[in-house]
Amino acid sequence: MKFGIVVFPGANCDHDAYHAVKHVLGESAVYLWHKEHDLQGVDAIILPGGFSYGDYLRSGAIARFSPLMNEVISFANDGGLVLGICNGFQVLTEAGLLPGALIPNVSTKFECKTVRLRVENTDTPYTGQYEEQQVLQMPIAHGEGRFYTDPETLGLLEDENQVIFRYVDSAGEATMAINPNGSLNNIAGICNKERNVLGMMPHPERACEAVLGMADGLGLFESIREYFTVSA
Amino acid sequence: MVKALVTVHYKEGILDPQGKAVNNALKSLGITGVSEARVGRHIVLNFPDLSRSDAKAQTEKACEKILTNPVIEDYEFEIVEEEA
Repeated sequence: MKFGIVVFPGANCDHDAYHAVKHVLGESAVYLWHKEHDLQGVDAIILPGGFSYGDYLRSGAIARFSPLMNEVISFANDGGLVLGICNGFQVLTEAGLLPGALIPNVSTKFECKTVRLRVENTDTPYTGQYEEQQVLQMPIAHGEGRFYTDPETLGLLEDENQVIFRYVDSAGEATMAINPNGSLNNIAGICNKERNVLGMMPHPERACEAVLGMADGLGLFESIREYFTVSA
Repeated sequence: MVKALVTVHYKEGILDPQGKAVNNALKSLGITGVSEARVGRHIVLNFPDLSRSDAKAQTEKACEKILTNPVIEDYEFEIVEEEA
């Protein structure tokens, strides 16, 4: 299967994502320059972490209007798999492919550490290889990761099981104390109603190899491959 | 020249950590009487060739399309004329 990694000016996890899917997962991968209009026949798109356009105005606000985003939005609307990691999640909310917004952490600090995530729903193309309620470890690195939305939308996200990852403590509980950024309901990742678009603040692509200290993120990419292989 | 002075701020009810930090600093400096500080963004758009009403229409479009995120932010703006 072929992954496409979108490269915005200021992206800094594009190589990590490329490495994870190409060298660790062992699938093919190409970079997609934000000024192009050609998705090069990819089967899944990754919007990587970083600081696209320096996070000017709002995180993801300017990247959302990159030429290539027109194709990414059509691809997503046709059911294509689009994964937004960190800044990529911010771009997806700005583009309206996911509800809500990511706003500055309550701590006012850039939070860079390892967190625990609970898998809330394994019935998605991104989590099929995990166990329900499995607790994963991954790094976060963001200043604006507080998921916010109006109460009505939040209720819908919960009712429709669109909350995919939640920040939890070592006992697997989603406590306020462990919440690294003040996200509503400890939300770390959500998907759209159709489940083909996922946005998450933690970095699975930086947690794919034991040598890096964490390999829990690999399951997410394996899930994508499994989903693609079965549905193709 | 016609200018738009745009102010963008978080909607009421959204915790503004920057504002909170500013408020704490005010307190420690002995500036009293402030119940809350909120930090927003100020954007100036210069329209050298547009009339006031055209500038207003363009500014509204800019605010809706990119300058603000309606999920979290409100905006207001003022059109002013300054000698070039």
